[in-house]
Amino acid sequence: MSSFNNTDLSAFKNVWVFCEQRNGEMMPTSYELISEGRRLADELKVELVGVILGDGVIELAPSVGGYGADRVIVCNHPLLKDYTTDGYTKVLSDMIEEYKPEVVLFGATNIGRDLGPRCAARLHTGLCADCTHLDVDMDTYKNFLKETSTLAEERIDGIKEIKVLGEPRTLERELKMTRPAFGGHLMASIVCPRFRPSMATVRPGVMKKAPYDEAKAGKVVIEQPTVNLSESDIQTEVVDIVKAAKKMVDLIGAEYIVSVGRGIASDVEGGIKLAEELAEVLGGVVGGSRAVIDSGWLPADHQVGQTGKTVRPKVYIALGISGAIQHKAGMQDSEYIVAVNKNSSAPIFEIADYGITGDLFKVVPHLIDAIKAAKAEK
Amino acid sequence: MKIIVCVKQVPDTSGKVAVKPDGTLDRASMATITNPDDLNAVEAALSIKDKTGCKVVVVTMGPPKAEEMLREILARGADEAVLVSAREFGGSDTYATSQILAAALDHLGVDKDDIVFCGRQAIDGDTAQVGPQIAEKLGLPQVTYAADIVIKEDGKVSVKRMLEDGYMNINVARPCLITCIKELNNPRYMNIADIYTAYDKPCNVYDYELLKDSKYIDKTVIGLQGSPTNILTSFTPKQKGEGVMLQGTDAEVSKELADALASKHVI
Ligand SMILES: Cc1cc2nc3c(=O)[nH]c(=O)nc-3n(C[C@H](O)[C@H](O)[C@H](O)COP(=O)(O)OP(=O)(O)OC[C@H]3O[C@@H](n4cnc5c(N)ncnc54)[C@H](O)[C@@H]3O)c2cc1C
Ligand SMILES: Nc1ncnc2c1ncn2[C@@H]1O[C@H](COP(=O)(O)O)[C@@H](O)[C@H]1O
Repeated sequence: MSSFNNTDLSAFKNVWVFCEQRNGEMMPTSYELISEGRRLADELKVELVGVILGDGVIELAPSVGGYGADRVIVCNHPLLKDYTTDGYTKVLSDMIEEYKPEVVLFGATNIGRDLGPRCAARLHTGLCADCTHLDVDMDTYKNFLKETSTLAEERIDGIKEIKVLGEPRTLERELKMTRPAFGGHLMASIVCPRFRPSMATVRPGVMKKAPYDEAKAGKVVIEQPTVNLSESDIQTEVVDIVKAAKKMVDLIGAEYIVSVGRGIASDVEGGIKLAEELAEVLGGVVGGSRAVIDSGWLPADHQVGQTGKTVRPKVYIALGISGAIQHKAGMQDSEYIVAVNKNSSAPIFEIADYGITGDLFKVVPHLIDAIKAAKAEK
Repeated sequence: MKIIVCVKQVPDTSGKVAVKPDGTLDRASMATITNPDDLNAVEAALSIKDKTGCKVVVVTMGPPKAEEMLREILARGADEAVLVSAREFGGSDTYATSQILAAALDHLGVDKDDIVFCGRQAIDGDTAQVGPQIAEKLGLPQVTYAADIVIKEDGKVSVKRMLEDGYMNINVARPCLITCIKELNNPRYMNIADIYTAYDKPCNVYDYELLKDSKYIDKTVIGLQGSPTNILTSFTPKQKGEGVMLQGTDAEVSKELADALASKHVI
């Protein structure tokens, strides 16, 4: 157990974002978290700090400022070049013990979800996984509940404190971390009232990236603390890192997504071709339901949903997708949802802004023409 | 050499999920299954057992009825089971759970050549935290998101660890903890011989008395009240506002949709 007293809540200050880079390139979700972290830091009236670990990665620091950080801590060390659980956990936990931030956010990437829990266990504090919404300010939080939950208003207004080990704790400075549970059937808001920092991993693609501010990028304060790390600290050996041969589809950043489901089964190739054409007309990409990925009709990086990617494009078109809760969990926050399904009682229609009952093979060619025509008119 | 596999019994969320009026899950009315990723972890252990003859021990923390799940895994070929069960442990978050499981694993003994397997994540909470947190508590190296596992001649374990855009090849010495994903293998079914012996194999219960003085357990940080994280509110999300079902021929509805999207300036 760490020696630093993490029950002395008042000793902790500032919001930190672990800014994950791979091979010298910032993961896009780091900027989403910096943008969200800015709002939280303002609500707490503290500084927002980005933390970058790597080898020779200082040139990434200004970009973190450009999205809203006041300060960037850069930990450079040859042993931090590639991600290792041990190396990154040690350096980040040491920094947290020294600087005592009150909030630490990680992207819920395959690396963030390896590093976050290990640090939380070392620092003896809680961690909320895969959050989709964060709040500090109580009124903002209550408004969020009123807009998105089925809870009665009086219940929401009645939220004042939380009892922990028999003691009431105030919620004013608590980070309220909201996340789906049970595959999206339920939402839960989690707090970590007894220990600091409050830590969360945040689902990629959910928080909105702020506009980039060149002036702020130039002004950001950069700190480079000494890194204490030796080979004996690291118990795993990274033999090599292999990039996927094919270019991965960028679902998370896409503004238009056309997804196909098992409804294409009668003519898989034809169905995917139609989806690709429609996506091309819109300037978007093709996604799929898990059924499509499990059948091997599309590669795994195309999967939308609880165990795939969370997307929020301007327009999401679901072709022959029934709308299982695990699929909805990944796309229900899209700006506009369009569904084409043969079965008029498919659950996807419950969340569709525009529903079309019909055979996708017959409807989509008309859709392609109609969208081309509508775009040409502009 | 032995392999310890941590498995969890979870509510089956693939069908209808029952929610109580206060926004919590009505667990009693739902069927339970073994967490899907944990079956991949069990299979990984059993396939190493096939090759090396090592012992496979499954460990779960849960209510007494989780024993059914343990018997089922014994019937797939595991050798021993441990049920960690006590009222004091109920309602634990991942931090608290990992302390208790670390204490249980320590009691069981994690020896020089051993491997601990976990699933990547449990479908009730989807946190993927318990594995890494057990590893941290026990001071073991960890490799998460394993899609291929090979024990090499020198005794080290070589793991293909998945990333979003590729993978890493990692070597790790034993003892270590590895979390498994579904791409790793296809879990086998129960087999007749093992079904017959499943009830003769040992299934030990570790209770609060047994574990409470373990150096891994901080008694003020377990159970529903002691867990570092607490649930402030839980709720069912509102369904999105009413959409429209477009009516007409395929050509008509397509035009109507395109016009609607254009008038909203989204295309
Ligand atoms: C733990 C867990 C995690 C999961 N994670 C995910 C996930 O991340 N993403 C995901 O998508 N799923 C996930 N699933 C699976 C999910 O429960 C569903 O099984 C899956 O989404 C179904 O895919 P589908 O809609 O394509 O297929 P189906 O449910 O079979 O639906 C096919 C639909 O196509 C319609 N159709 C058929 N022919 C036509 C036609 N010619 N024209 C128009 N419509 C037609 C049918 O009416 C039907 O509605 C998960 C499940 C579990 C248990
Ligand atoms: N109560 C438990 N008993 C045994 N293993 C568990 C328990 N909870 C979690 N695990 C293990 O930790 C993994 C990750 O779980 P989670 O962090 O809850 O998503 C699971 O796949 C299991 O292998």
